[in-house]
Amino acid sequence: MKDYLISILENEIIVYTLMAALPLVWIIPFALFAVWWERKISAHMQDRLGPMRTGGWHGWAQTIADILKLIQKEDIIPTAADRKLFTLAPYIVFVGSFAAYAAIPFSAAYIGSEINIGLFYIIAISSLVVAGILMAGWASNNKWSLFGALRSAAQIVSYEIPVVLSLLAVVMVVGSFDLQEINRAQTGPIWNWFLFQKFPFLFLAGIIYFVASLAEVNRTPFDIPEAESELVGGYHTEYGGMKFALLFLAEYANMFAVSAIATTIFLGGWNSPFGDFLSGPWWGFFWFVSKGMGFIFVQMWLRWTLPRLRVDQLMYVGWKVLIPFSFAIIIGVGAWVMIAG
Amino acid sequence: MGRYFKNIWEGVVTVLIGMRITWRHLFTPAVTIQYPDVKLKLPERARNRLYVNMDDCIGCDQCSMACPVNCITIETLKSTPDIDLGLTSVGTKKRLYVPRFDIDIAKCCYCALCVYPCPTECIKMTDVYEFSEYERTNLIYNFSVMTPAEIDMAKAKLTAHEKEQAEKKAAAPKAPAAPVAAPSAAAPGVPGARKPLPPLSRPAAAPKTDPPPKPDSTS
Repeated sequence: MKDYLISILENEIIVYTLMAALPLVWIIPFALFAVWWERKISAHMQDRLGPMRTGGWHGWAQTIADILKLIQKEDIIPTAADRKLFTLAPYIVFVGSFAAYAAIPFSAAYIGSEINIGLFYIIAISSLVVAGILMAGWASNNKWSLFGALRSAAQIVSYEIPVVLSLLAVVMVVGSFDLQEINRAQTGPIWNWFLFQKFPFLFLAGIIYFVASLAEVNRTPFDIPEAESELVGGYHTEYGGMKFALLFLAEYANMFAVSAIATTIFLGGWNSPFGDFLSGPWWGFFWFVSKGMGFIFVQMWLRWTLPRLRVDQLMYVGWKVLIPFSFAIIIGVGAWVMIAG
Repeated sequence: MGRYFKNIWEGVVTVLIGMRITWRHLFTPAVTIQYPDVKLKLPERARNRLYVNMDDCIGCDQCSMACPVNCITIETLKSTPDIDLGLTSVGTKKRLYVPRFDIDIAKCCYCALCVYPCPTECIKMTDVYEFSEYERTNLIYNFSVMTPAEIDMAKAKLTAHEKEQAEKKAAAPKAPAAPVAAPSAAAPGVPGARKPLPPLSRPAAAPKTDPPPKPDSTS
């Protein structure tokens, strides 16, 4: 796509700007849609209806109205807050989650930057989000916010490990960090996807990744950094208006980012489940997004199924269950690859 | 070690069970109704806004007296013998104009105690419950159908009639009781009008229709 754009526009700067802006064009409508979708799913899982008025059909314009309201709101910075950090934090959080999109292969034809350490880059850059969250919690000068931020840091430190280890299992099979390479390795019918390869190791790795990624993006049952019922809102308690909107946007962008990685690594990315049938750049985009949305749906589904974990339970699951299992998977897959190739 | 794996297994299974339950609820029809568009049917004897059918009101003031919060204000005006105010739907003859019948629904406590004494069953509880207003004064409902002009006319006629009667009485000095009653009812129209009420309600056979609802209200 980059070469094609360069050939018609004949200006590399414009092309690179375009390529960089595309994920943003994706994130904002996605976040607007996902917030609405989450509200509808939450409502229907609780036998309610959710937003029904705004925009006519099932309140589809609700989040658009919400974001317009947030934009108009006064930008309040608490007197006791650390002004610089407080202002900077939402941008860091958003930049962290947005930067991860640079290496996400949306389609066979489109990837922001086809670098050969794509997976490594995404894991590294998305850790910036924690720094932003910690910053937000600290700068708010509020007990609840700080608690939320500390919990978030503890949680991400614990869960980054199973995430990386479970992804490493696939990297060992493919022999590359390049996400497009990993996608291409899964081309073919549905059983070529890594979730169903080297059974049961990669299947377990997929589940471990999904559970740990829930903790990475602070979703229920691992939402103890936000914990609205005990910490008010965690690190974003003091935020309002556009800053809050940015934090929220980053949260949803992150949700999609981890779903996109899960899709790429375990569910064949942009590959069609029917082999060559319905494949191609546009269909690739379609499959990629629908798989990602499927993961997001499961995230929302779990939110209304499971109660929040206690901190000690969180640590138990992270250190005593997920990490030993992912080590076992690494060993198993390693042995398999070494012996059988 | 066995307990460790059992824990994990149970964790996975119970999560799946929970997910099955929420999945089923995703497709359960919502219990919410879209209120202004869809309304639940109220129970048959629901007590909401009061309504007075002025065609049947005889101005007996019994509802006002029964009201525990004094939200009903009634003023009556005697009619002259040459005017026929007609009959109510239960056949009671109407003898009083009702120039004022106000219900302050903001005060109303929806006890329906005013409904039971009404001899003509003209005051009743309806099933209308959406009557919020921006101004509290708008919650004072004026049920009287008389225009100010009509009220003035009736008043003038009444005073003329009273005067005539008094002159007649003065011309033929007979009973001492009648002149006492007449002036009290004549002069101000408002407080005086209250007095002749008891004799009026009696012919309407009110005490007979009264008792049945009483056990209802006490039980």
